[in-house]
Amino acid sequence: MAVLPILTYPDPRLARAAEPVQHFDDELRQFIADLTETMYAGPGGVGIAAPQVDRLQRIVIVDVRPKLGDACHGLMVLVNPELIAWEGMAVGREGCMSVPDFTGNVIRAERIQVQAQDAEGRDRFYECEGFEARAVQHEMDHLDGLLFLDRLVSRKTDLFRRKQYQPKKK
Amino acid sequence: MSQALLTVIGEDRPGIVAAVTQALYAADCAIGDASMMRLGGYFTIMQVIDYQRDFGAVESALDPAVKRLNLRVHLDPIPSLPRQQDAADVRVTVYGADHPGIVAGVTEKLASVGFNIIDLESERSGNPDRPIYVMVIQGSAPGGLEQIRSILEPLKASQGIEITVHPVDTVLL
Repeated sequence: MAVLPILTYPDPRLARAAEPVQHFDDELRQFIADLTETMYAGPGGVGIAAPQVDRLQRIVIVDVRPKLGDACHGLMVLVNPELIAWEGMAVGREGCMSVPDFTGNVIRAERIQVQAQDAEGRDRFYECEGFEARAVQHEMDHLDGLLFLDRLVSRKTDLFRRKQYQPKKK
Repeated sequence: MSQALLTVIGEDRPGIVAAVTQALYAADCAIGDASMMRLGGYFTIMQVIDYQRDFGAVESALDPAVKRLNLRVHLDPIPSLPRQQDAADVRVTVYGADHPGIVAGVTEKLASVGFNIIDLESERSGNPDRPIYVMVIQGSAPGGLEQIRSILEPLKASQGIEITVHPVDTVLL
């Protein structure tokens, strides 16, 4: 096990899109173990994506137990994750190991369904909401070369978050 | 390197930010934290700047923009302070029929328990005959969220306003 070095913005390597995982072998599982250890060693310690440690593969790890205790899925290893459904929107403040000392408001879906594989290549399915859903979406963005900086919204957005009413049709 | 707090106000129109910041850039100033927004019919800028030349050079650099756009400018030299460490952990949202005393009433209660306001935005809007007031405050609550809820609760009836208190969760990833 090893704690891997984290790339930080403005490192251009963070902007690259990651490739799907094809081979579920011992090397992959060793990497996932190292990535998990690196996540737990971080300041937030609840999520990490492979591109943050300079490995361009679609692997995300989330474990929000430090925040939510047992009211969550615990350790989720998401290999080749896909968002298959989402609903609701919420503004929340995020920070990232790859963007030290800065936090900002980002809009995310409140509830999501994620299809993924685990470290053995078995199909997994998760439904997440709230804090956990936000963490998963944040980490999945890293797989497409996106940071939460790409999704920042104004502080004022809170004010105008109300429903848009459609004008009555005549 | 010295620091100053620059305040600029002027009748709102396109080009104010560009004119002010271009002048500062040309005078070797760097912009730090800034708040720039329209208030009423005016555009307002408050920002921390680092300047390398003397103070007078900053003022004279701004002069052409000030004259052209009819701005009012105030420049205060300030000592550099370390960045405050307390982060916003509570958001208080207030709205109701507009009347004098909403901000004073709410913030008096907040101050009494050591709530540190980091950000306050408010807007008077709605029908001009029956305006509403909307205010969002973010800050740090050393005594916790429940304490803020309970001290603000009586204001709902006495002021006829809606108040909600939310945690500001920062997801650190």
